[in-house]
Amino acid sequence: MSVRTRDSLGGRAAIVGIGATEFSKDSGRSELRLAAESVRAALADAGLTPADVDGLVTFTMDTSPEITVAQACGMGELSFFSRVHYGGGAACATVQQAALAVAAGVAEVVVCYRAFNERSGRRFGSGVRHREPSAEGTALGWTLPFGLLTPASWVAMTAQRYLYAYGLTPEDAFGPVAVTARRHAAANPAAYFHGRPITRADHAASRWIAEPLRLLDCCQETDGGQALVVTSVERARDLRQPPAVVTAAAQGAGRSQEQMTSFYRDDLTGLPEMSVVARQLWRGSGLAPADIDVGILYDHFTPFVLMQLEEFGFCAPGEAPAFVAEDRLPLNTHGGQLGEAYLHGMNGVAEAVRQLRGTSVNQVPGAARTLVTAGTGVPTSGLVLTADGAVEG
Amino acid sequence: MDDEFPTRDEDELHTRLKAYEGRAATVAGVGRDPVNAPMIRHWCEAMGDRNPAYTGPDAIAPPTMLQAWIMGGLSGHGGRARAYGELLALLDEAGCTSVVATDCEQEYLRPLRPGDEVTFDTVIESVSGRKTTKLGTGYFVTTRTDIRVGGASAGTHRFRILKYAPAGHDLKDRDQDRNQDGDRNQDGDRNQDRGRQEAARRPRPVVNRDNAGFWEGVRRHRLLVQRCTACATLRFPWLPGCGTCGSAGWDTVEASGEGTVYSYVVMHHPPFPAFSPPYAIGLIELAEGVRIVSNVVDVPYDKVRIGLPVELEFRAYDDDSVLPVFRPRAGEAAA
Repeated sequence: MSVRTRDSLGGRAAIVGIGATEFSKDSGRSELRLAAESVRAALADAGLTPADVDGLVTFTMDTSPEITVAQACGMGELSFFSRVHYGGGAACATVQQAALAVAAGVAEVVVCYRAFNERSGRRFGSGVRHREPSAEGTALGWTLPFGLLTPASWVAMTAQRYLYAYGLTPEDAFGPVAVTARRHAAANPAAYFHGRPITRADHAASRWIAEPLRLLDCCQETDGGQALVVTSVERARDLRQPPAVVTAAAQGAGRSQEQMTSFYRDDLTGLPEMSVVARQLWRGSGLAPADIDVGILYDHFTPFVLMQLEEFGFCAPGEAPAFVAEDRLPLNTHGGQLGEAYLHGMNGVAEAVRQLRGTSVNQVPGAARTLVTAGTGVPTSGLVLTADGAVEG
Repeated sequence: MDDEFPTRDEDELHTRLKAYEGRAATVAGVGRDPVNAPMIRHWCEAMGDRNPAYTGPDAIAPPTMLQAWIMGGLSGHGGRARAYGELLALLDEAGCTSVVATDCEQEYLRPLRPGDEVTFDTVIESVSGRKTTKLGTGYFVTTRTDIRVGGASAGTHRFRILKYAPAGHDLKDRDQDRNQDGDRNQDGDRNQDRGRQEAARRPRPVVNRDNAGFWEGVRRHRLLVQRCTACATLRFPWLPGCGTCGSAGWDTVEASGEGTVYSYVVMHHPPFPAFSPPYAIGLIELAEGVRIVSNVVDVPYDKVRIGLPVELEFRAYDDDSVLPVFRPRAGEAAA
């Protein structure tokens, strides 16, 4: 999708395999092994073998190089390998990269993966105390000496302004997002919070982390791996699983974009980079919010789920808390990163695929059109995934 | 030693040491004294250097004095980043407890003159593989210091040390180290103390060539905002080009110091040693229209609110670091 004109990527590629490790707090094995396990599982799910793969895509933050994953999985020669930057903002863009490669004939079968020991190893939530004086390090450096050091705190700065702008309380605004995620996770055996739903009162009673964010506004931290297999729609139709067609895929960065500290622009009540993604996805898919059966919206912190609903036009600015409280859209049916696992958004893409296959633990009957998004508050990406034939090409 | 295969422990140590390459050893260091005639005179007398260029009204400093302007003195380096201490501690832990300076290389880009105030940044440029010398076995650590005056490069000082286990003492692997008694454990405790002291300091500003002017201004108690010389748009954070018109030309304006709290966060968890939660961090919108993240001081954290009028103040933290912070404007404290 271009910012200005409709692209020709839609309907060319599909996700045909998904695979993950267990989601835990201490995997007991290397990040490379988690990557290899999830890649093998995704290929098995697709009915393909490592020998079929000629492309790999991951995050710049991943510690397992494509070439090493290829070796560890018994793959042969690769004609395409690529990485996407900006943390969780890469999630949907890995699929976009794969689809572009497949559509252009650069590769036939591309596996996207993300694996880490984010809980037992390097915890993002423990914050940043030091950055190198590169352009990127310096950008974050404006906040560090003052003690604004954690992802929760960077999100909280914008969340506070959102509450102020619409006269909301953190309990009423953010509580419904947390409760919805944990309700879905409670029914999901793969979720860390399986069997453990929460109430609005639990949310309101949880301790402050970075005010106005409480503990239950923050996603968990997870060890695990998730992989996705992408190939052409034509080849997908001959494979074992019903294809999840990439009907639209887009990346987005806004004006005056910072990596996580975009505090110096506009009114801080929305996510301009997600607006860039939204405009492209609606134009590319020809769909509108009312056409979407399931939304998988990136939820590392509750406030940005609200802003995404508003940027995509599911509701008007300031109305997302009520929209979520009223369950007007099946949302994060795997339990999200708040409830299932924090896999940098890749587990959300897998859930959209399950919904289209009809195999989600919280299945939406007849789900045929899904919206998935990647990291929020960062340069990001999104996908419209649909059942084969659900959208006219 | 070069022709021997390293053991796995050595390999592992080397990998850990190499990870420090490229990390900062000193960030935004400031020379203890301006370049000055008395130090130049002492140097010339000690060296027996009678070059007339180093005396008189147009004197320059001997170029080889470069290091003299950045040395920490007997009380040590205040501005050292954590990485360098960690690297040396790792080597201490591995038994490389002795140190010898081996050589230095300097480049001189412009003469220094009395009155010049130098600032500098040091990076850990390289850590060698394990080497055996007559002194003992250890690792060469090379740092590179870029020295500036008024933001312009004045020279480069590359300094190499050998951190080694004295000949006759083996390099220790870490498990042996833990089982040792006596001196080594005391060293270990000292290292931990050093680590704790470093940890209790606020994170340093991240300073590079694009924003050094801002931190230089802060040091002089001036809050400088960039202004595009083509379209006059003010901008913050500092960048080498205008986000509005793309022009690379800029100058600065000094902020009046008046502002309001545009948004804020109260930090509770996780705790960081240099800060005492809960504490408030404000996004301050300056009267000039740009925003800056800073602390809101002299007001209880639960009295900070959006719209609170604030004014600038410069405060010193950790002895050597000046930061711009904001306090409620007179009469606004506990509104």
